[in-house]
Amino acid sequence: MTQEAATEARSARVGWIPPVVGVVAVLVAAAIGATVGAADLDPGSVVKEIVDAIPGVVVDSGLTEVETNILFEIRLPRVVLGAIVGAVLAVAGASYQGVFRNALADPFLLGVAAGAGLGATVAFSVTGDSGLLAPFAFVGGMTAVVVTYALGRSVGGRSATSLILAGVAVAAFATAVQTYVLQQNVATLREVYSWILGRLVTVGWRDVWELAPYAAVATVVLFASRRLLDVLSIGDDEASALGINVSRVRLVVVVAATLATAAAVSVSGLIGFVGIIVPHTIRLLFGWSYRVIIPLSILFGAAFLMLADIAARTLTTPAELPIGVVTAFFGAPFFLLVLRTMRGPT
Amino acid sequence: MITWRDVEVAYDGRKVLGPVSVEVGDGEWLGLIGPNGAGKTTLIKTAVGVTPHQGTVSFGDRERRRGLDVAWMPQRPHLPDEMGVTDYVMLGRTPHLGYLAAETKHDVETVYAALERLDLTDFARRPLGTLSGGEAQRAVLARALAQEAPVLLLDEPTASLDVGHAVEVLDVVDELRKDEGLTVVTAAHDLTLAGRFADRLLLMSGGMIAAAGSPGEVLTESNLTAHYGAGIRIIEDRDGPIVVPMRHQGNERPDPTN
Repeated sequence: MTQEAATEARSARVGWIPPVVGVVAVLVAAAIGATVGAADLDPGSVVKEIVDAIPGVVVDSGLTEVETNILFEIRLPRVVLGAIVGAVLAVAGASYQGVFRNALADPFLLGVAAGAGLGATVAFSVTGDSGLLAPFAFVGGMTAVVVTYALGRSVGGRSATSLILAGVAVAAFATAVQTYVLQQNVATLREVYSWILGRLVTVGWRDVWELAPYAAVATVVLFASRRLLDVLSIGDDEASALGINVSRVRLVVVVAATLATAAAVSVSGLIGFVGIIVPHTIRLLFGWSYRVIIPLSILFGAAFLMLADIAARTLTTPAELPIGVVTAFFGAPFFLLVLRTMRGPT
Repeated sequence: MITWRDVEVAYDGRKVLGPVSVEVGDGEWLGLIGPNGAGKTTLIKTAVGVTPHQGTVSFGDRERRRGLDVAWMPQRPHLPDEMGVTDYVMLGRTPHLGYLAAETKHDVETVYAALERLDLTDFARRPLGTLSGGEAQRAVLARALAQEAPVLLLDEPTASLDVGHAVEVLDVVDELRKDEGLTVVTAAHDLTLAGRFADRLLLMSGGMIAAAGSPGEVLTESNLTAHYGAGIRIIEDRDGPIVVPMRHQGNERPDPTN
C-alpha cells in the first residue's frame, strides 16, 4: 500500500461528482421555480432578465413590466426563501443527528417546533397581530431549547439520551399549552393551522432578509464543525481523550442549528421531514462522514425544498398545497425507497 | 513519564480508588493487574482526563494537555460500524489539528505508518463493523499510535486476541517503547503475559495498591491467591513466572478480606 492508496482508502471523501450534482440540482430547481407558476414565464426570458439585472449588463428579455414584477417580487424571493429554508432545515437536522449520535434527531426534536408553534399560536390568538408571528415563533423555539438543554443537563449530565428525553417532555408540554390556547380562541384556528402545515408564501424580499443573517451564521458554524462531528461519533469519553471539548462543541452546534431552525420556522411555518429525509438519504448514498453529509445536506436540502414548493403551487392550481404536506407526501415514500435499496444485504 | 500523586476517585461519596501515588518513567512499562473492580480502569481514566478525581496527574513537569500527552486505548471502544479503518485511525490525529484545520500530508503519513505497523493495510478500506474482534482491537491500537503521544495507556489491549495476536500486538508496543522511548501503562488479566512484558507490576485490589515491584516480586502465590480469590500456582520459568490458575477444591477458596 502506498501513501496515495492510504489517502484514497479514506471513506470520508466522495470525490467531486456528488457536490457538482448538488449544485446543478440547486440551479435547475431554481430555474424551474422562477419560471413555473400561475403565470408561466418563458425560461429564456427569465434568464435574460436576471442577467439584465446585473449592473452594467443590458439584455432585452422581452418580458412585460408585470412579468418582470412577478419575477423579481414574487417568484425569485420565494425561490430563494425556499432554498434557504430547505438548506437550513437539512443541515440543522444533520447536525443534531451528529451531535446527539441519534439518527432520529431532527430540528423538531428538542422542542424547537413545538415551542415555535406555541409562540405562533399566542401571536395569532392573543395579540391578533400576524406581524408578530415571526418574533413570537422565534422566541418560543429558542425558549423551548434553552429549557430542554437546562433540563437535560440537570437530570443526566452529559448524556445525549437525557437531552432527547427532555426535548420530548418540553415538546409535549408546549403542544398541550398550544392546544389549550387554540381551544380558547377557535376563531384563529384556521390561520394557525395553515402556519403549522408550512408555507413559503412571501411577497418581496423582507422574509429573505430577515432569515438570511441567521441562516448564514448558523450554516458557517455547522460547516466548520463537520470534522468534529465525526470525532464525536466515537463517544464522549474517547472524543474528549482526543482533546475535544465535547460539551462546548455540543453547545455550539446545538445553538447554531437551533437558531437557524427557529428563524426558518418563524418565517415558513413547520415544514417537517426535510431535516430527517435529506441527511439520511445522503448518508445512505454517500456514507457516514459528516464532512460529506453537512455540505451535501446544504445543497440537496435547498434543491429538495425548492422542488417541493414547485409541486405545492402547481399540483392543485389555482389553489396551493401546504408545502409541509408535499415534503411528507413525496419525501416519505422516496426515503423508504432509498432505505430499501441501500439497506439490502451488504 | 507520568506521575499520579494522591489520586482518589469517589462515586456518590463511595471511594473506588486511592489514594494512589505512582510514577512511571520514560520508556518504562508498568503493568496494572488485579481482580475485576480493583480500580485499574479508573486509574487509567484519571490519567486520560475523563474521570474527575482528587490529587494530580502530571506528565514530566507539566499538567496534562489532553490528547497530546497521552493516548488511550479504552477497554470497550466505541466503533461506528460504517466508519472505515483508515478514517478511524485518522481520528488519532485530532489533537494535532486546530478547530478549522484539515489533515496534512504528515498526518496521512503517520496514519499510514500506524496501519503498517499493526499489519492493517489490507483492511484500510474496510468498515469497522466488518472486522473481527482482533482486527478491531488492532485498529484501536493503531489509532492510539497515530496520536504520537509520549504516554500510551492500554486498557486490556489483548482482551479479544488469540495468543498469537496478543504476543504480536504486545511486541509492537514493546518495539515502539524502545524505538520512541514511550511510557506504557497496561491493564491486563493475563498475568503471565503481563509479567513477560512489563518492567514493573502494580497489583491493585479494592482501589488500593496491594503490591508493587518486579514481576518476580509481585507474581507470587500468596499475593495472587489473596487478591484474586482463586487457587493459583506459580511455575518459575527462565523468562519469568508462569501463572497457572487452579480449580477450587472443597472449601479451599480463600477469604480475600483475610
